[in-house]
Amino acid sequence: MRLIPAHVPRASRPPARRVATGQWQDAAFERLTQGFALVVLATLAAILVALAISAWPALSAFGPAFFVTNAWNPVTGAFGGLAPIYGTLVTSAIALAIGVPVSFGIALFLTEMCPAPLRRALGTAVELLAAIPSIIYGMWGLFVFAPWFGDRVQPLLQSTAGELPVVGALFQGPPSGIGILTAGIILSVMIIPFIASVMRDVFEIVPSVLKESAYGLGATTWEVVWNVVLPYTRIGVIGGIMLGLGRALGETMAVTFVIGNAYRISAGLFHPGNSIASALANEFNEAADPIHRASLVTLGLVLFVLTVVVLALSRLLISRLAKGEGTRT
Amino acid sequence: MSATRTSIYRRRLLVNRFNLLVSLLTMAFGMAFLFWILIVLFGNGFAALSPTLFTQSTPPPGGAGGLANAIFGSAAIVAVATFVGTPVGILAGIYLAEFGGDGWIARSTRFVNDILLSAPSIVIGLFVYTVYVADVRHFSGWAGSAALGLIAVPVVVRTTEDMLRLVPASLREAAVALGAPMWKVILKVTLRAVRGGVVTGVLLAVARISGETAPLLFTALSNQFWSADMNAPMATLPVVIFQFAMSPFDDWKALAWAGALLITLAVLVLNVLARTVFRQAGPR
Repeated sequence: MRLIPAHVPRASRPPARRVATGQWQDAAFERLTQGFALVVLATLAAILVALAISAWPALSAFGPAFFVTNAWNPVTGAFGGLAPIYGTLVTSAIALAIGVPVSFGIALFLTEMCPAPLRRALGTAVELLAAIPSIIYGMWGLFVFAPWFGDRVQPLLQSTAGELPVVGALFQGPPSGIGILTAGIILSVMIIPFIASVMRDVFEIVPSVLKESAYGLGATTWEVVWNVVLPYTRIGVIGGIMLGLGRALGETMAVTFVIGNAYRISAGLFHPGNSIASALANEFNEAADPIHRASLVTLGLVLFVLTVVVLALSRLLISRLAKGEGTRT
Repeated sequence: MSATRTSIYRRRLLVNRFNLLVSLLTMAFGMAFLFWILIVLFGNGFAALSPTLFTQSTPPPGGAGGLANAIFGSAAIVAVATFVGTPVGILAGIYLAEFGGDGWIARSTRFVNDILLSAPSIVIGLFVYTVYVADVRHFSGWAGSAALGLIAVPVVVRTTEDMLRLVPASLREAAVALGAPMWKVILKVTLRAVRGGVVTGVLLAVARISGETAPLLFTALSNQFWSADMNAPMATLPVVIFQFAMSPFDDWKALAWAGALLITLAVLVLNVLARTVFRQAGPR
């Protein structure tokens, strides 16, 4: 391939050797960077394969029953991961039930109500919640939040909501502050910054023309947000919620401190339970038996597959909104 | 007729006021938790601070001691993870921004990187355990660095790519027109133009991994004594905090609070630093 047309005078061309070296170096540099990109790409597959191989002894011994039986007996070697899987899903569901409305409120406040000078400071403060290491949430949860929650809030909940039919079953259990509900509440605080900042970002891309038209028709702020902003950003909002869910599923330390580490499944949210991540953190190093270890790795594999699916959905939804942005007027 | 109209109007206004008030309360809810956590942390942490924290290693229950071994271990493991993770992340980010374009490699790498960014850190620890620790049959500082490095890389990749995309094409074209080969253009012109942004990304990555506990549990484990051997189990602040906070001993709990304060201060300072670096030397 000739880079320089023949009619260019020879004297004004760069020396042929330097051009050749430059091309060779460029190709090498591109390959080098591509190699590192491929390393990142391969990491995901490598994690899946490595975990699947280590999990195989448990998978072949217990089969699909592992995911639907509740048994965890290191002495007899009988393992079934239903309780931690259930705990992971329930704590994440509680976190979303509290975190999503609160995040929506915060995003609404930051985009529509907050005075401009305060906007950045308050936005940063919300993001600081995400910067606090999860072990700090765990300590605060164990030493401060759980005792307060168990002494003040749980008895109150039991004597009011606990008396209701059907719903009341959720509020049963010892009011000790340690349990599934406490873990879910702490998780909700931890995922609020993630959901709120995605919501704020997508609310901000709504064209002002749309909002102004609604205001011009006499809509109130709430009506504009609920009927114009939210439908317009629906996909991005769902993406943000999925991101929060992905975070909640895999959160380890904060949950480990307060969930109580018990392999049990009960409707009452005050009971102690276990999540996949807390089971791993508590037991993996003490698990001497190979089948015990393999069972724990199987749980880790379940957790990883679950979060990858949720996060992939989140990514697809958020990028779909970013693409659709230019086409909708 | 006019009465119904007024009542509908009233109701809409009332709904609006009520919902905006709720929105204000949710903001207060978030801030309340932030301040509650910080006040508890600072109160308990400052009470437990002492100079021996930095000079003595973790004590047996009931004995006097500090966190020197854990502070050193954390610093060493995070430093190694950062020094290895940063170039990997920057080079992969360069590929995504400059060469990959819309090809399948770039698109799938971007996708996977976004997933890894939020992947559960405990699974990363489990991964390093299965491929390295189980193989060599001992926990080590190196394994801890590997796990933390895997968590840092996606952060650096993401910020590097985002920053490089902000560089105007005219800057690249000017350098290419002067006859510079692409690799020189990228390393000496575009990357240099956004070095503030890239440094921000690295600082955020360091902040993220300094507070991580879960990936270290199965890799670096912990060590009760002073150890500078990266090939042996090493104490780190987060893991020591975890062990001491869960213990029944009051002096261990006090040390855990002191360690928690140190680690939070470090992470918050890194975050603030990253923001200021970005504002001052960010994309121009």
